[in-house]
Amino acid sequence: MSSAAVEARGIVQRKPPPRVRRRRFLVAVADHSLLIVTALMFLAPFVFIVLTALMTDHQALSPKLWPEPFRWSNFVDVFRTAPIWRYALNTFFYAGLATIGVLVSSIPVAYALSRVRWWGRDVVFVVTLVALMLPVQVTIVPVYVLFAKLHLVGSLWPLILPNFLGDAFSIFLLRQFFLTIPEEYVDAARVDGCGELRILVSVFLRLAKPAIAAVALFEFLYCFNDFFGPLLYTSENSSHWTLSLGLAQFRTVYQVQWNLTMAATLLFMLPVIVIFFLAQRAFVEGVTLTGVKG
Amino acid sequence: MTSAPVAGAFAATAVRSRRRAKRKAAWRRRGLVLGLMSPWIVGFTVFFLYPLVTSAYLSLTHYDLLSPPRWVGLANYRFMFENDQLVWPAIKNTLWLMVVYVPAQVLFAFGIALMLTRARRGVGFFRTVFYLPALVPTVAGTLGFVYLLNPATGPVDIALGHLGISGPLWFHSPRWSKPSLTLLGLWGIGNMMIIFLAALIDVPKHLYESASLDGAGPFQRLRWVTVPSISPVILFALVIGVIDSLQYFTQAYVAASIAVGQSASQSAENLGYPENSTLFYPVLLYQQGFRYFNMGYASAMAMVLLVVALVVTLLILRSSRLWVFYQGARR
Repeated sequence: MSSAAVEARGIVQRKPPPRVRRRRFLVAVADHSLLIVTALMFLAPFVFIVLTALMTDHQALSPKLWPEPFRWSNFVDVFRTAPIWRYALNTFFYAGLATIGVLVSSIPVAYALSRVRWWGRDVVFVVTLVALMLPVQVTIVPVYVLFAKLHLVGSLWPLILPNFLGDAFSIFLLRQFFLTIPEEYVDAARVDGCGELRILVSVFLRLAKPAIAAVALFEFLYCFNDFFGPLLYTSENSSHWTLSLGLAQFRTVYQVQWNLTMAATLLFMLPVIVIFFLAQRAFVEGVTLTGVKG
Repeated sequence: MTSAPVAGAFAATAVRSRRRAKRKAAWRRRGLVLGLMSPWIVGFTVFFLYPLVTSAYLSLTHYDLLSPPRWVGLANYRFMFENDQLVWPAIKNTLWLMVVYVPAQVLFAFGIALMLTRARRGVGFFRTVFYLPALVPTVAGTLGFVYLLNPATGPVDIALGHLGISGPLWFHSPRWSKPSLTLLGLWGIGNMMIIFLAALIDVPKHLYESASLDGAGPFQRLRWVTVPSISPVILFALVIGVIDSLQYFTQAYVAASIAVGQSASQSAENLGYPENSTLFYPVLLYQQGFRYFNMGYASAMAMVLLVVALVVTLLILRSSRLWVFYQGARR
């Protein structure tokens, strides 16, 4: 090491006086303890839900917070008290088809709104944003009447079908991503003799994989989570209930105790949390795309 | 001499054919756009434009889904503002969300993001912890909180009891039901927190350095550097929060029906339990439209909601000119 570098390091890394160092240390301790306390508060609900899911039904209503004995069979009993498998099947049917629908319909629309130049494109985009901003309740009555006339109320089809005709949020997210794909790729493909459709399929679909994954993920989770939709269309027909709806009725319809309710709640959370840890990148991509770079 | 007109005619046909080719290309382009856009054109028309117009019409009728709509003029609107005992509580509850719930969420998310930027270790771990509750399905989270905040026997009241505090009745008390929902809302702050975090990391370091050189303390730096720098994100969070509060439904509906101990699909009378304190505007709209099948009246409520949503969004965007700074923009 040359003497110049040593000298430079000496200047940059000179230790601050002990008083300053002590203050910095105390500030860091304060920062981290605040963080740890808040984090514990965020984790506490999970902990109590897990503990209660392992209690006996009497103990769930007693002041004791630690399960004794651990009643693992709660997780078996849950499946006996309510048709959880059917709810799960309905949920995956709804979420799966809706996700396919959104991808098939929204990708071409987002492409037309971002990479093809045409008159009135920006107006259409703004109108799409307005559709995204308005509360669902504004249009819900006529849509319900429409599906009632088609005799589809009582099934999950009123929630699935509209997704095959585009979804404002997904169109918005995909468009934002398509705009970031460099023009050079498109030009190169054009020089090679690709038509617009070839460009969409072989350039955009490949480059936009993270955004498409984010859209699919968000749509799937939205449906998995959706309560208002299933309540509106299937509340009279319990054979079409989804997990959300079934769980909301769980405690009251089946006269079930809190321990089983919490066990069911835990089972309902599990898939989402597993998906999150498997697909963290897609999440972050989606949140930043729609949130910050908008 | 003779070749010139021939060449001219030749050029003319060439121009014409080129023009024809161009026009053909333009038509093909239009066809392509139409083809690509067709799902959304149909979807937007059927599920947005048509319902909007129909809703406006139905709001002027009496309609119960069984018999055809009967024209009643402005009677629905008059009833809403003069006779309906529940509309004002519902509006007040929804206003409460906008004035207390949303700002609390924004502040909390901002605070946590700020804490995360100050941490030196375990940032990834803490970020995951704070984000995780946002993933929990709404119904599951609500059920969990109704249990946690169960009066006397819930873990929170037990813990408070050890501290010598007798906990409130939470979801069973008209005074505490909305604060209980707020706690649930604060727990699920994850998405907003991530957006704030990304914005905070993007604040240019040199701004802090020059503020420090000018003698600004930590609070002054927060007030004059951090907040102005991320004000577009605060605006975004507020707009999204207000729009969400206008459609706040699931948490209120599930909490009320679980707390009252009746089946969610049969508890039409108990929506808003206790004492209409969780009867938010969308909940009332649902009750009128899809429990009592007063479709005309529900449409009138939807129209009012539409106007309010537009006005509120416009107001926030308008006022934003006064306090939002865009980097690089001249003021």
